[in-house]
Amino acid sequence: MSLVFAGVCSHAPGITGRKDRADPVVRDAFYTSFDRMRAALEAQRPDALVVIAAEHFANFFMNNMPSLCVGMGDVYEGPIEDEAWLGIQRHRVPGAPELSRRLIEHMMQDVDLAYAQEWKFDHGIMVPLHFLTPRYDLPIIPVNINCQGPPLIPLKRAYEFGRALRRACDRVPERIAVVGTGGISHWPATPDSGKINEQWDREFLDRFLHNRREELLAYRDDETWREAGQGGFEIRTFIAVAGATEGSTGELWFYAPIPIFAVGCTVAVMNIREQNA
Amino acid sequence: MSLYAVQKLIYKLNRDPAIRARHERDLAGLLAEYDLTEEERNAILEPDIGLLYVMGVNGQLLMHYAALRGFEWSAYIEAMKEGERKYGPVRTGLYTRAEGRS
Repeated sequence: MSLVFAGVCSHAPGITGRKDRADPVVRDAFYTSFDRMRAALEAQRPDALVVIAAEHFANFFMNNMPSLCVGMGDVYEGPIEDEAWLGIQRHRVPGAPELSRRLIEHMMQDVDLAYAQEWKFDHGIMVPLHFLTPRYDLPIIPVNINCQGPPLIPLKRAYEFGRALRRACDRVPERIAVVGTGGISHWPATPDSGKINEQWDREFLDRFLHNRREELLAYRDDETWREAGQGGFEIRTFIAVAGATEGSTGELWFYAPIPIFAVGCTVAVMNIREQNA
Repeated sequence: MSLYAVQKLIYKLNRDPAIRARHERDLAGLLAEYDLTEEERNAILEPDIGLLYVMGVNGQLLMHYAALRGFEWSAYIEAMKEGERKYGPVRTGLYTRAEGRS
């Protein structure tokens, strides 16, 4: 009963860092969709926001790489990147350590997790927060799915993590929001930055928004890498949200390739209230 | 393991202001603490962003290192393209070119 909001959005650093170089009409429509998402999130009066992200070596490296990690800190800080480069000022972001601990204990019944009481947010979390909690006053529980340094968690286990998160949310009294954030197809941080496979994205979004589990889990990483770039591995964050909202469908509020942002910019929200009614 | 050491150094630089200060003050001394090949050491000293990319440094690390070394966005993208022209395709890792990637 306590998952009150779920959605997905993009997090590419260009969204804020290179905003002046985008087509203003498309960019502003994208930003407006983020505003709409913020309003919908706030309307659900969440006690905490779980951000399922795919960080980029801000905290985790190949010396000790967790497939799944959940934050349990009192407070976080971000962005780790240069403020001017990202276009976001550094902030302290409140955590929810006691709630986080209870969620982790519940999830550990079903999945293996790492936890972290220290966590520096990179653009993967700060870009969504910039739009969704611009006052940085909503307690955040960060989740990381390793999407950068293979071997990567299989898609079915990312989905199972989402299901475990949902069960955990249902076992605590707090009102919890979940936002998954990643790219769909994209080739960030390569000479092909700006390339986007819109057809692939729309097919993926169709499977995601209708929450067709088998079709979501049918993607293979070698195909994703070829057709959707190394950035396509971040579909794990969307798939975790699909697991958390199993049986629900979603609405696409925005999708458009914005090459200077290096991603097909996406905002989508799941209809979970009916399921919980 | 050497490419690993290059990436570990960049990971630490991105996280730790004290190491960034050391990077600015005493780069050669800092690099001496890492098990690097001469090519890797020179690529960092110069810096040769294109060569680091071709060596297989993960782009999500290199993007921030390029910014740290003062590469504006377009210059950073161009440096990777120049690296591919000069040194050939990416040698290893996720950033090798997939078939069909233009």
